[in-house]
Parts: sequence; C-alpha cells; structure tokens
Amino acid sequence: MKSVVDLKDVWVSYNEKIVLENINLTIKEDDFLGIIGPNGGGKTTLLKVILGLIKPNRGVVKVFGGSPENNRTLIGYVPQLSQFDTDFPATVLDVVMTGRLNQTRMFRRYSLEDKKIADKVIEEVNMSHLRHHAIGRLSGGERQRVFMARALASEPKLLLLDEPTANVDKNLDTKLWEFFNDLKKTTPIILVTHDISAVSIYVDKIACLNRRLHYEGTKEITLEALEDTYKCPVELIAHGLPHRVLKEH
Amino acid sequence: MIEILQYDFMRNAMIAGLLASIACGVVGSFIVVKRMVFISGGIAHSSFGGIGLGYLLGFNPIIGALIFSLLSALGIGLITEKGGRRQDTAIGILWAVGMALGIIFIGLTPRYAPDLFSYLFGNILTVPNSDLILMAILDIIIIGLIFLLYKELLAVSFDEEYASISGIPSTKLNLMIICLTALTVVMLIRIVGMILVIALLTIPAAVSELFNTKLKNILLHSVILSAVFAIVGLFASYLFDLASGATIIVTAGIAFFIAVLIKNQYS
Repeated sequence: MKSVVDLKDVWVSYNEKIVLENINLTIKEDDFLGIIGPNGGGKTTLLKVILGLIKPNRGVVKVFGGSPENNRTLIGYVPQLSQFDTDFPATVLDVVMTGRLNQTRMFRRYSLEDKKIADKVIEEVNMSHLRHHAIGRLSGGERQRVFMARALASEPKLLLLDEPTANVDKNLDTKLWEFFNDLKKTTPIILVTHDISAVSIYVDKIACLNRRLHYEGTKEITLEALEDTYKCPVELIAHGLPHRVLKEH
Repeated sequence: MIEILQYDFMRNAMIAGLLASIACGVVGSFIVVKRMVFISGGIAHSSFGGIGLGYLLGFNPIIGALIFSLLSALGIGLITEKGGRRQDTAIGILWAVGMALGIIFIGLTPRYAPDLFSYLFGNILTVPNSDLILMAILDIIIIGLIFLLYKELLAVSFDEEYASISGIPSTKLNLMIICLTALTVVMLIRIVGMILVIALLTIPAAVSELFNTKLKNILLHSVILSAVFAIVGLFASYLFDLASGATIIVTAGIAFFIAVLIKNQYS
C-alpha cells in the first residue's frame, strides 16, 4: 500500500507559540482517518501543512511522494465555512466550477467536459435545484455541500475535510456521513472535527490532536490519549457495538 | 443640448469619459468585490508625491504619479501577501506620507505650480488627444487580461486559498489587479483628480453589486453605469456651470443613494 501523505517530525509555531509538536503521520491509499481535538488544537493547521499553505518550522512533509506545493492540485479541500464573504457575487455553479481549475489551463475557458463534471457533482450533493442561487444566500449546511462539490469536481486523489458537519443539521448530517462512506472506497479521506460521536461511527481510524498527535493506526483511542488531548479528565460515553471506539473501561 | 458637442473640448471630454468608464468599471468591480477600496484610496493619494516630484524636477507630473502609484501598489500588494495584521495601518501610512511628500516637493519648487488644482480635482475639459490614445491602450490591455484570465480572477477573488491549491498563481494575479488599479488611478487623475478617483472606481461597481449575483454582470453593468454617470455629469456641469469632475461624482453619488432606496424597497 502506497502512502499518500507522510509527515516526519513536523513542528509549527506562530510567534513563539508551538501549535504542532513533533507530528509523525502516514496516510495510506485506503485510509479514512478522523482527527479529533479541541478548538485551537492545531487541526486546521495540520491540514494546511499538508496543503503546503503553512510551512513547518521543522520536519519533512511529503504529499504523493513530492512537495505539497507540487502535488497539492491532487488534493480536494473542504475548508471551514467561517472565512467566506457572503456578499461575493458568485452562484453555486460558479463556485463548483472553480474546483475544475486544477484540471484546466490558464487563459482558457472551461470546457463542456468541465461543465458536465460540475453538474454531476452538484447532483451528487443534492444541490441541483439551487445551482443558480447566489452562494451567500444559502444556509450553512447548503454552503458546506457546495464546497464539498467543489472539492469533488477537482477529481481529487485525497480529500481533506475541515469540520464538514459543523453547520449541517442532524438530518442532513447522517446523509453526509453516508456519502463519505461511499466516497472512501475510491479516495483516501482525512477529516478533522471536534464532533467525536459522529466521527466514531463512520471513520476507519482515529487520531487525537492537541499540539501533539496520538495515533496508533487504529480506530481505538485510549483514555490516556483523550485525556492528554483535552487536558482534562474525559468522561467516556461509548456508543457501543458494533462501532466501539473506546476500549472497555 | 446636442449643440455642446460642436465644441472640440466637449467631444474630447465625452470620449475621455467613455474610455475612463471601461477601465474604472472593470477594475472598480474587482476593487469592490475584493474589498480593496481602502487600498485603492491609498494608491491614489500616494500618487500626489509623484505629482509633486514632477513639479520639483520639471518633468510631466503624470509620469511622477504613475511611478509613485505603481510603487505604492506593489508595496501594498506585497504587504497584503505577507498577511500582516497591520495591513490597514501600512496603507494609512503610505497614504499620508505620499501626500506629505507631494506638499513638500511642491513647496520646494521655486516656480509657481500651474494647474495643481487639475491634478487634485481633475479637468476632463482639458484632456489632450495624446491622453485619449493612452486611455484607449490601457482599456485594451485591461479588457484583454480580464477576458483571458476571467475564471482565474473569479477564483482568486472568491477564495484565494483554494485557488492557490488548484495551482493558480494567486499572488501574481493579485499584484496584477493592484497594478491595474494603479494605472487606472493615474488615468482617472486627468478626469476627476486624485482625491475623487476613489468615487469613480467604487460607486458604479457598488451600485451594480446591489442588483447582481454574478461577477460577469457586475463588470458589464459597472462599465455602463460609469459611462452614464460620466455623460450625465458632464452635461449637468455644462448646464449649471459647475466643476466637471465633481459633478460627475455627485451624479454617481445620487444614483447610489437612489439605488440603495430601491434595493431596500424590494427586500
């Protein structure tokens, strides 16, 4: 099994404050990894390191065997919603089309093929009826689906999801998770969230991140890892079989 | 009304207004949707340093304005790329220091500075033919670049981070927009002057942004609106014997006010 992401001894700090400490992580071709941790624990930073948007102070980052800058066009990224200008004049279709930019050349128009793919992924996330709506007028959950479609339109070889269910209502939430479940058969996925309960049901492997990364390459997380991650005694609420994440205790 | 077109200077003024509309409609749309209004204000005002230097050293002040505005555009662009939290402070400093340099340079100039006022407040009635040609060339460059790079510019304007991940040279495109802003500012100095430039760059785009959800339409409508403001303003200034640049901008301002009222009626 080839590895798609390799992080070795990665350290990141902002203004003397260490955000990521000695991160070692390998993602394989068939992984569906959930990374949980508190807000400010470095989850988004870790994704941005993989995308080459943040350069680590120390350590080596390899994406598909090369540098993130060279290979990040292979990655589909669904960022957190908070950072968007809701007044921006773009429709759902406009935004999803930008997902095709990694496949197109500069100075050219989008091709018919690009439009077909955009339509297909909009359909897949159930947004066809809102295709010509302004992105800013959508609800948080709908916008999340549009960004999902944009990432899928790029035909990614790896998908990075930052809090994908944060703004989605519970009903849609389940559907979205089933969608990821289908997707993971073809594409490795890394998903970061603070929503432990959701992550525990669907993902195949779990890591805990709060500056340091606890990852055994399995789905089980130990009480020690959780307590170190959340820096306080954690009360365990296991969801029971068949999706047991937490060891018997 | 039509008889005013008999005058050469009036015809030139009309042509100048129309040519300027293309540049400021297109570039202004990007300034408005990218929330760069303050940046363009900084570029416009820092160009006064160049105008002053032109007077002091005896070369065409417009060339000085061009150099200063391009340098400040690149400076602001690079500060923005660094992502410093004090970006607005840096722009404010550049804004004021540019103006201050201009005042000092003009003070040091031993001669009286003729038509200084026309650089501050513009005079569309004295635009020479050579400037019309330069404006037309700039328009062609702007339209060509926007046409070729539309999908990339939309992506960078909407979500710079995602555009970079997709392999788009976001930094270069941002610097391109900011340099086009500087060139447009210099071109508009002739028409409305450096103090009022900001209005002609932002009002047409701000009005069309109220009624459009697609960038393409905002670009198109901004150009049309800006042409309408220029021509109506020009006629009004002739009719009531008012300063032309200021009248164009008051016309645009009234239109913006009405547009906001209409928008609020319907939503």
